[in-house]
Amino acid sequence: MTDYLVEMRGIHIEGRTDETWMPIIKGVDLTLKRGEVMGLIGESGAGKSTLGLAAMGFCRDGVRISGGSVKFDGIDLLAASAEKKRQLLGKRIAYVAQSAAASFNPAHQLIDQHTEAPVQHGVMSRTESEADAVRLYEKLRLPRPKEIGFRYPHQVSGGQLQRAMTAMAMSCRPDLIIFDEPTTALDVTTQIEVLAAIREIVDEFDTAAIYITHDLAVVAQMADRVKVLLKGDEVEENETREMLSNPQQDYTKSLWAVREFKRPAKPAPATDATPVVSVQGVTAAYGKVDVLHDVSFDIHQGRTVAVVGESGSGKSTTARVITGLLPPRLGQIELDGEALPLDYRKRSKDQLRQVQMIYQMADTALNPRKTIGEIIGRPVEFYGGLKGRAKRDRVAELLEEIELPAKQYLDRLPSELSGGQKQRIGIARALAAEPKFIICDEVTSALDQLVAEGILRLLARLQDNLKLSYMFITHDLATVRSIADEVVVMKDGEVVEQGPKPEMFQPPHHPYTDLLLSSVPEMDPDWLTNLLHERGVENIGDAAMQKMD
Amino acid sequence: MSAWLWIVALLAGSLAVGWLGRFAAQKATGNKPVYRDMPLAVAFGYALGVALLALAVWYYFQPTVQETGVANAGVMFFRWAVHGFFGFAVAAWLFRLLGRSLGTAASRKLFRQMPLTAAFGILVIIIYAVTAIFAGLLAPHGQAEVFAQANIVPGGNPALGGNPDFPLGTDQIGRDILSRLIYGAQNTVGIAFATTLIAFFLGGSLGFLAATLRGWMDQLLSRAVDVLMAIPSLIFSLLLITVASAWVSGFGLTVAMVLIIAVIDSTRVFRLARAVGMNIVVMDYIEAAKLRGEGLPYLIFKEILPNATAPLLAEFGLRFCFVFLTISALSFLGLGIQPPLADWGTMVKDLSAFINYAGFAPLAASVPLLAAGAIALLTVAVNFVVDWMLQRSSGLKE
Repeated sequence: MTDYLVEMRGIHIEGRTDETWMPIIKGVDLTLKRGEVMGLIGESGAGKSTLGLAAMGFCRDGVRISGGSVKFDGIDLLAASAEKKRQLLGKRIAYVAQSAAASFNPAHQLIDQHTEAPVQHGVMSRTESEADAVRLYEKLRLPRPKEIGFRYPHQVSGGQLQRAMTAMAMSCRPDLIIFDEPTTALDVTTQIEVLAAIREIVDEFDTAAIYITHDLAVVAQMADRVKVLLKGDEVEENETREMLSNPQQDYTKSLWAVREFKRPAKPAPATDATPVVSVQGVTAAYGKVDVLHDVSFDIHQGRTVAVVGESGSGKSTTARVITGLLPPRLGQIELDGEALPLDYRKRSKDQLRQVQMIYQMADTALNPRKTIGEIIGRPVEFYGGLKGRAKRDRVAELLEEIELPAKQYLDRLPSELSGGQKQRIGIARALAAEPKFIICDEVTSALDQLVAEGILRLLARLQDNLKLSYMFITHDLATVRSIADEVVVMKDGEVVEQGPKPEMFQPPHHPYTDLLLSSVPEMDPDWLTNLLHERGVENIGDAAMQKMD
Repeated sequence: MSAWLWIVALLAGSLAVGWLGRFAAQKATGNKPVYRDMPLAVAFGYALGVALLALAVWYYFQPTVQETGVANAGVMFFRWAVHGFFGFAVAAWLFRLLGRSLGTAASRKLFRQMPLTAAFGILVIIIYAVTAIFAGLLAPHGQAEVFAQANIVPGGNPALGGNPDFPLGTDQIGRDILSRLIYGAQNTVGIAFATTLIAFFLGGSLGFLAATLRGWMDQLLSRAVDVLMAIPSLIFSLLLITVASAWVSGFGLTVAMVLIIAVIDSTRVFRLARAVGMNIVVMDYIEAAKLRGEGLPYLIFKEILPNATAPLLAEFGLRFCFVFLTISALSFLGLGIQPPLADWGTMVKDLSAFINYAGFAPLAASVPLLAAGAIALLTVAVNFVVDWMLQRSSGLKE
């Protein structure tokens, strides 16, 4: 008899595509002791979620476990009857999904959903379970634990919802919880609260957990052991500290090295040079509510200005104002020293051409019914007036520019490309207009780290060759470190601090910049512990707010 | 014992057999997961299905003529239905087989992935289209030609009151029903198709326009559509056609009818196009096109329309059937396609009295059912094809 809580041996999982079964997981072993936290890490498509779900003996529609065995506490999950599984799932094995907002039923109060599992499984009565929910909410440091349960999911914030979901997973005191990227959709400052809460409660109840993520720094805080997956195969597995300090495989090393991309600093622009784009005292409103207050900054030729802040800070709204989609109430935008009409409909074709945009979600930014050739060809034809052969040649040239072979890609649809390739097509479409200035709206946040790094390198190279200016909207400070020349920090629609990058990353900071900077997870496994200690462990949320005041 | 008791006995028996069968299968296969996790309801379903199948086979082989000499109409109609079902299934299968071995590589691939229902639908639509286009050549007689022999029973068997010259019989004033069915395809289907196209052009472009522009234009169009939709469509079209008949007659009235039905049906298309368009205009690629400075026609026809084809196509199939039924209903009421032009709706109306003989003279009663069957068959076929197209374009598997 082994002492493993979960024992998966030689797992093979296949997914169905076009009448054939393609392997997703190719013979992976996974063992987990009681109270141990295992980090599963890899790029999207590596099969981490599929493997995580298989630990529950479950697979999604169109997917099947074709080989191997899954034992939970000595029970063979693959051979277990549906009834037997029903008794285990929810009670002894729980699951926390990536998007708590999509996983809660919006029509019921949190407490109703919380108490469902314990009552159904006969663990507790409804009243006991409600009292227990309040205790768990307290432990997870949710504000007003007695009342928050009676709210509906849309009445609490994303970070709180994710903690409520963790509380719900804990409701039956399971032996195993599977966390599927629980903090990926959250801001850095919110992420910390959720990470700290999860880690504490898992420690306290000695729950075993499988923690799925693509963020190395997060896994370093959470896991006792880390397993790296690549395309359905295990690359390596080791103790977290050992893995971080001494990775064995090349792939792991490349993952670790991703965040080291840094551009050499550029000389400061001449003080009297006319900026390419100048945002001057912009105040903008959606309806009657002002969302931007007196925002001003300049972007000089060949330089990258990173605009950072949490979601809701007004970064994307600033971009909408510059492009003319949202005419501001006060202030103006200058291009090369000339004021641009505030509404994009009033701008000339040439003015529109000069300002291009690259979007966060390449999926929605490319028309799914058009081929790559048509997507890139349209601005070439529209602005350059090129037709026929000249247009085809120009498109091929642009594809070369973004490092995709033209022959293979011209006639493909966006759905036939990977996430990174789609983002490259977005870049090519912007380049096709031959602009001076490009707005990059969170262009790397939906991508895996290795792919994101490739995109950043490409953007840097294009800037050097074509003397482009970028406004780089992001919430990821690692990206800022690697690509920015100047940094603008925004909060609640206001610029709180701005300056050249080297200055911005040196103290003294504005307190909000400090909070942002210190919230970015680092690869050091002790980082979270130290940080919490530093901020005062009582309530991290409060501590953050106090620092602000 | 009354029929209700028989039904209850059948259900109870199926439940018992289902339970026993599942139990036996569990024992026999050593508790295989398939049988172990099978809910009782599923086992009951299997048992009931087998019982109904057996009942159908038994009923099929009942004699068609009772001992008293009266025809057993139920059995005859049932046999026709079974023959029709299997006949079309075999025809569709052969058609698909043909498509798989002939034509270009692309068309062969298309046929290889095609479900049998879609093959059936395409086959039926092709038959209807050919019939409609070559009606003048195919029909043995003219659509308005009146013969001396009225009320001849279909089947062409003189012993049962038929006549080989008129295989589907003649109507109450002696016109050949086969010829009128063939010409009816031309009139009814052609007019319905034209009407649907106009409705889609009108409703689709206005709907996308409203979705793209929003603001007062959207309000104006949407409220106008609300007003039109508030009036029951059949009564509204009756009213408008009656009004129109004060100015025009004959062919002009048919054109007026096409336009009236197109406008009334375009309101439904407008709603759909607007809703679909709203979801598309918020996409980043539309924003990118707007910021590029693209004009409205490019946005609507090049960016939005290609992404809205799947739902519009599905709606087209349904809308075509509805328009078709509306025209038939109007003809039935005497306001649609005017005599002596043949139209299926009118044919059903004119011959509907014969349905009363269904109990003892199934052949005579089938006369109005022929036109009704032609309508039903096309409706089913169009929907099968649309379902298949939807599945292909949305990438849904299984």
